Amino acid sequence: MSLRSRHLIGLEGVAREEIKLILDTAETFREIIERPIKKVPTLRGLTVLNLFYEPSTRTRISFELAEKRLSADSISFATATSSVKKGESLRDTVQNIEAMKIDMVVVRHSSAGVPYYLTQCLDSNIINGGDGTHEHPTQALLDMFTIRRKYGKLDGLRVILVGDVKHSRVTRSNIWGLKTMGASVAVCGPSTLLPYEVEKFGVDVYTSIEEALDGADVVNIMRIQLERQQAGMFPSQREYTNLWGLTRERLRLLNKNYTVMHPGPMNRGVEITNEVADGDASVILEQVTNGVAVRMAVLYLLSGKKEEETQ
Amino acid sequence: MKAPEYDLVIRNGRVIDPALGFEQEAVIFVAGGRIAGIVKESKSTKKLLDNYPEDKILDAAGMIVTPGLIDIHVHLREPGREYAETIASGCRAAAGGGFTSVCCMPNTFPVIDNQETVQFVHARAEKADARVYVIGAITKSLKGEELAEIGDLVKAGVVAISDDGNFVQNPELMRRGLEYAKMFHIPIVTHAEDKYLCGEGVMNESFESTRLGMKGRPAVGEVIAILRDIKLCEFVGGRLHVAHVSTAGGVEAIRQAKKAGIHVTAEAAPHHFTLTDDMIGVAFDTNLKVNPPVRTQKDVEAIIEGLVDGTIDCIASDHAPHAEEEKDVEFDKAPSGMLGLQTTLGLVKTQLIDKGYLSWADAVSKLAYNPARIMNLPGGTLNEGAPADITLIDPERKWTFRDKDIKSISRNSPYLGWKFSGKVAFTIAGGRIVYRGE
Repeated sequence: MSLRSRHLIGLEGVAREEIKLILDTAETFREIIERPIKKVPTLRGLTVLNLFYEPSTRTRISFELAEKRLSADSISFATATSSVKKGESLRDTVQNIEAMKIDMVVVRHSSAGVPYYLTQCLDSNIINGGDGTHEHPTQALLDMFTIRRKYGKLDGLRVILVGDVKHSRVTRSNIWGLKTMGASVAVCGPSTLLPYEVEKFGVDVYTSIEEALDGADVVNIMRIQLERQQAGMFPSQREYTNLWGLTRERLRLLNKNYTVMHPGPMNRGVEITNEVADGDASVILEQVTNGVAVRMAVLYLLSGKKEEETQ
Repeated sequence: MKAPEYDLVIRNGRVIDPALGFEQEAVIFVAGGRIAGIVKESKSTKKLLDNYPEDKILDAAGMIVTPGLIDIHVHLREPGREYAETIASGCRAAAGGGFTSVCCMPNTFPVIDNQETVQFVHARAEKADARVYVIGAITKSLKGEELAEIGDLVKAGVVAISDDGNFVQNPELMRRGLEYAKMFHIPIVTHAEDKYLCGEGVMNESFESTRLGMKGRPAVGEVIAILRDIKLCEFVGGRLHVAHVSTAGGVEAIRQAKKAGIHVTAEAAPHHFTLTDDMIGVAFDTNLKVNPPVRTQKDVEAIIEGLVDGTIDCIASDHAPHAEEEKDVEFDKAPSGMLGLQTTLGLVKTQLIDKGYLSWADAVSKLAYNPARIMNLPGGTLNEGAPADITLIDPERKWTFRDKDIKSISRNSPYLGWKFSGKVAFTIAGGRIVYRGE
């Protein structure tokens, strides 16, 4: 069993067996990163470029750590200090870096479709670290990994994605992945933050958080970007918190043994209260730890995969 | 019959001229750059032509002979962006697509909002392979703030005014534009997309934009804009022409306006009766990025219905060249627009005629006669005395659109590799053969 593609562009269209393979592989790496010596020689000699055109703390450090723990040489690219400021095109930028001989690229970019575009520009394996509001597959994989570790399964669980669904790549990747793995998915948020015809993803759609949480196992919060309020997407932070904030009272609607998740960065006091974020059911920091293991698994499974090996 | 001096005689072709209600085999005589006569082949013509110099005779056996096609919506990029297209290269593309006349939009650098730039375009077009008619700006620098010197533009020869690429968002300014253009009996061409609803979008708003996480341009943004301009036109009079209608709602709005007797005409671009938004996610092809965007199957069907029932008067390519390096970027960053001049006829044949929606005569109306009427241009007919602008089409000839066929400087066509039927055999402008198909 191996992955069909030599890139990870999104979870749309990725088969159940492939997701299972990634999650199973991540279990092994999860053990390794608990060891006193966390480094394995798996990717020794390979060079990974972290191409971050958008600010990122978690995803970038997580990938860098994953690469270092697999003994890959990793280099990071920040748009603030690069020739992008001089007007160099994306194609020229990446082709110049690849000319220095790299093997894999992790890319974060504000425009949807950039990871696919890089597959057309480069020979390297491409991993999507988040493209616009399209997909963020490794985040969804680590979310699923975290859920599966707790419940031992994904099949039959009810997962609610609450918040800014419209502008969230995490939502889209979670929907594709969770549905493929047999979970039941619902989205919830102000109707102005639900994208057009969102129900066509095959999810239940709620504007009432109470109705959404009722009988669910997992609630995963899609962060509110505060600039959306300035853009008139909702009237005020206060009203958002009143109607959609995750509070202790609202948690009572969930099934027993529920789980609270957040991909970060959190706006404490807006979309989630302190006591919920730090409560017993919160796995928010566990998600971050698991992220390294999942990214190690993805890097490992894609490394060395060439065009002719893909089906 | 005395043998007069003709520059060119086209015989044995099936001549289709909706303006004359003419559709039969006929002989066309050309002299002095004009149509000198159009007659059925008879004993006397046969006698004349059998002894006529061979190099003056064009045998159109098996071909359709139509008035030179007219595209009232193209971007020639000159002045300002000659790396993407020039008047000469754009007109070569026009000739290659069977078009003998084009109307060019004013969004050049500098903008065509003054006499000098109109004159510059006219001068550049003198030796080009197609006639170029200029559409001037409605507002200075296309900024939507104050009217351009429209009287001056008309004096310089513009045939219409438009802020194409931009909607005149301020309704009071648009009202004044309509009123002002009315004095000069020229149409005002609206790019109907509300900026507040569509401004940041890069594709149609639908489940496809939701799936891809791209900002959408909702259909309602076009419908509202069309309805507003129709109502302004109803109120102040004048002639409104709606460019590139792309939505079912837009078609319906125009249909109702025509029923109510409002003086509105409309065009559709080939991509809006051919392409759909679900094609974008396949490979994020920036050549599919265009404003207004390609829509849904339902919209495609409505555009075709509008063409069939006459709601949409004509077909115009919205030929919009962009250099390879401008399109070879992130989807969000890519400029909007695609080439159109060389694929319009093939798409009309393959998408509309072959599927039984339009007859050849209907197609010629949409591609020659109606465009001429809307913009008040000479041509669009083969009547005696008309300019000798003639297109000869090999109607069932199969062809594939390849990179080497492109006559534009830019290559931004989503149709490369597409198979078409119906190929231009000859394009004749002012009696001169400007394109000869292989």
